[in-house]
Amino acid sequence: MQFMLLFSRQGKLRLQKWYVPLSDKERKKISRDLVQTILARKPKMCSFLEWRDLKIVYKRYASLYFCCAVEDQDNELITLEIIHRYVELLDKYFGSVCELDIIFNFEKAYFILDEFLLGGEAQETSKKNVLKAIEQADLLQEVRIFLYHQVAEPIREIDCQLDSSWSRAATK
Amino acid sequence: MPAPIRLRELIRTIRTARTQAEEREMIQKECAAIRSSFREEDNTYRCRNVAKLLYMHMLGYPAHFGQLECLKLIASQKFTDKRIGYLGAMLLLDERQDVHLLMTNCIKNDLNHSTQYVQGLALCTLGCMGSSEMCRDLAGEVEKLLKTSNSYLRKKAALCAVHVIRKVPELMEMFLPATKNLLSEKNHGVLHTSVVLLTEMCERSPDMLAHFRKNEKLVPQLVRILKNLIMSGYSPEHDVSGISDPFLQVRILRLLRILGRSDDDSSEAMNDILAQVATNTETSKNVGNAILYETVLTIMDIKSESGLRVLAINILGRFLLNNDKNIRYVALTSLLKTVQTDHNAVQRHRSTIVDCLKDLDVSIKRRAMELSFALVNGNNIRGMMKELLYFLDSCDPEFKADCASGVFLAAEKYAPSKRWHIDTIMRVLTTAGSYVRDDSVPNLIQLITNSVEMHAYTVQRLYKALLDDISQQPLVQVASWCIGEYGDLLVSGQCEEEEPIQVTEDEVLDVLEGLLVSNLSTPVTRGYSLTAIMKLSTRFTSVNRIKKVVSIYGSSIDVELQQRAVEYNALFKKYDHMRPALLERMPIMEKSASNGPTEIVQTNGETEPSVEPKHPPPVTQPANQANDLLDLLGGNDVVPVIQTTMPTKPASAGGELLDLLGDLSLSGGPAPAPAPSVPTSQPPFLLDGLSSQPLFNDIAAAAIPPMTAYNKNGLKIDFTFERANPNPNIAVITIHASNSTEADMTDFVFQAAVPKTFQLQLLSPSSNVVPALNQGTVTQVIRVLNPQKQQLRMRIKLTYTLKGSPVQDLAEVNNFPPQSWQ
Repeated sequence: MQFMLLFSRQGKLRLQKWYVPLSDKERKKISRDLVQTILARKPKMCSFLEWRDLKIVYKRYASLYFCCAVEDQDNELITLEIIHRYVELLDKYFGSVCELDIIFNFEKAYFILDEFLLGGEAQETSKKNVLKAIEQADLLQEVRIFLYHQVAEPIREIDCQLDSSWSRAATK
Repeated sequence: MPAPIRLRELIRTIRTARTQAEEREMIQKECAAIRSSFREEDNTYRCRNVAKLLYMHMLGYPAHFGQLECLKLIASQKFTDKRIGYLGAMLLLDERQDVHLLMTNCIKNDLNHSTQYVQGLALCTLGCMGSSEMCRDLAGEVEKLLKTSNSYLRKKAALCAVHVIRKVPELMEMFLPATKNLLSEKNHGVLHTSVVLLTEMCERSPDMLAHFRKNEKLVPQLVRILKNLIMSGYSPEHDVSGISDPFLQVRILRLLRILGRSDDDSSEAMNDILAQVATNTETSKNVGNAILYETVLTIMDIKSESGLRVLAINILGRFLLNNDKNIRYVALTSLLKTVQTDHNAVQRHRSTIVDCLKDLDVSIKRRAMELSFALVNGNNIRGMMKELLYFLDSCDPEFKADCASGVFLAAEKYAPSKRWHIDTIMRVLTTAGSYVRDDSVPNLIQLITNSVEMHAYTVQRLYKALLDDISQQPLVQVASWCIGEYGDLLVSGQCEEEEPIQVTEDEVLDVLEGLLVSNLSTPVTRGYSLTAIMKLSTRFTSVNRIKKVVSIYGSSIDVELQQRAVEYNALFKKYDHMRPALLERMPIMEKSASNGPTEIVQTNGETEPSVEPKHPPPVTQPANQANDLLDLLGGNDVVPVIQTTMPTKPASAGGELLDLLGDLSLSGGPAPAPAPSVPTSQPPFLLDGLSSQPLFNDIAAAAIPPMTAYNKNGLKIDFTFERANPNPNIAVITIHASNSTEADMTDFVFQAAVPKTFQLQLLSPSSNVVPALNQGTVTQVIRVLNPQKQQLRMRIKLTYTLKGSPVQDLAEVNNFPPQSWQ
């Protein structure tokens, strides 16, 4: 995989992961152009397209587009599965994930992605293992983790049904 | 200084901005705050500030001043700091900036950290954005971690190694020992990443590939793992819609593909498992199809037995019928790759493929179009063309050019009849005329000239098309060229293929003139129509109208048009005797590799008399003069000579035409001297670029003695002979005219006529001035074809100007040596 972009229906970038060395300017240009191209496509169209000698695989989940650029030899259908797996991971972590979750917790979205993919390839094919690794890493954080959900106010702390060793932090 | 605001707070605030300007203001304010906080070297809030910076960077604002801060975060002991620091490094730094090298030491330390999650962060960062220098420095650490028993780290190290190899291929060897036991792991993460690593190594190095095939016996190992995956029961951890770890299956299949490529043994070893996967995989969901797809790709790429290949193509055929358009797309792509090698198998699915032309999706349509063209052959051409032309009518403009070119190519290769071919071309020109590529115009013209019997039909159809629509330039260009060439057939109503239309010369000229004035016509098109009009001056009778048009455009603003018009004008005024020959019907063009017909097309009728001064005006034999000779020489037993008069062909074209010279002078005998108004059609006529140089040596070969043909009033004409190879029936005579008087003979013109059983060709003279006092000779080459080997006789007519007064003389040459005609 060369890069992955997440963007809204208005074309706002929510996440950009680059696995190839490109300057900031080049990245901006590619993002802008590709986002325009994909937003222009009709709903019934194929999830794959050729764009500037890249193979693009994209899928829309609710209000977010997940878009990957893969190499020539890469299997497009399995890339769709990779995208789906990532969405599942986000969903499990955030609990019914929506775009706002990713906006307000973008760094966590990156952390999850980095536990799933490395250098553009999948490093772990078990959903359970990825989530476990994230949890453990979260535990190491010295700062309490608050999950901001839907209304962007701290509604609750992490529900620790996943791991009982989590110590409940006192609310401020 | 108050604590910097929290990340979420900032995000919330920025999202309340109603305009771009408001947002920019907030961002700038916060950036300023962050900058001062950085300046204060505040450790507590650095993490928070960098996180905010990353958010603003994602919105598109510059964040480069945070780069060093990321490095400081990475160096911190706190995990939270490291996490954000590494993220920042991956987002803000790139390997082109030297700053990134400062990370190397930190990463090195973190690779040896006691906490695996810190090690993980370091591996991840290195594997995502490590530059070649970093990779070189840290490869050793990565290699160490590749051998650890901790599967969490091992899998990351494997992918990190892949990145290192991509950046610094020479380091590949280093990782070889560590790969030994990778596939005996149980952990799927490690298995998956190991397969990726092995794939990378095999793809990059044929030596590695050979090593893994033979020494490591990789194929059996992979087959075993794959088998276990398929046979094993439900495993909740790796299950996706009933399939066990599809990601791993797909990667294994891909590695098998590389191992089996061009290797019989390996291919054989994997035959069974491939067949098993191909038949047993559940196809109701995308996952199953993804695996099948990879299997098909592998089967097609290795040396599989034919049964397996047929199985693969059938899977693709089933894919084509799938409701899911992604699957159809993938099928079409794969079929395109295999259509060359397994043509017959793909042909079976032709009708499904053709149906895909009607799909709504652009990518699918394009694939289907490419595949359809690949499948066209002599048997299905009519049916396929019908579908493709229908597609051409209705497809998006982005396809039209490619489709039109494809149709032309296919039509050229497989056209069942000339009429069908012309009809197809017409159809393309009228429906997609403006999208046709520029180079198709000369190709089409060449095609049309070659279909001799269809000329009348073609010009008629093109004329009718022009009446309907003059906006499509390629159509207009081809049509005007044809009308210029075959206008006489058009007016004479000679069409056999369909009902001939009644059209007058004036109507035709109206149409052509209309093209000249229309706003829709491009300059190129105007050039075509002007030339066409000019050509009609030798085919039509209304020459005056043509003269008028041509003279009007002599003052056109368009320089190209003006030049043409001026030269055509000159043709009317000064070189009228050359005009018929210049504007003769084009011969059938040979398609040559080096010189496309383009050159021939463009020079037709466009030889500019302005170029003439380089070459002396060639001697012409226009129809009326020939007929004078006829009269003088007592009629029917003499055939007028046709002279070639195209001196401007480039020498290279002349080279290949030399070959034609041998042939064309034999074929198509000139029509017997008939109706005086029509210049002899289909002469042994050549575009000859050899102008002033005699074709063959003056020195007579084969010892035919030279002779003096004429010697009077100081003008002496000698003939030297030679036989033309390869045809011994052709005698090549070179005349040498010399002048023994004290004054030059200017405007010297030599003409010759031979009896009917002969054919004669006169080439351009070396000059039209015979210098005085034998200071030089004018040479000219005559080629005589004498198939019946009759005695050679010739009548010659000489005209020149001596001391201001014109001289004309006729003579008969009978003293040819017997060897010249026996």
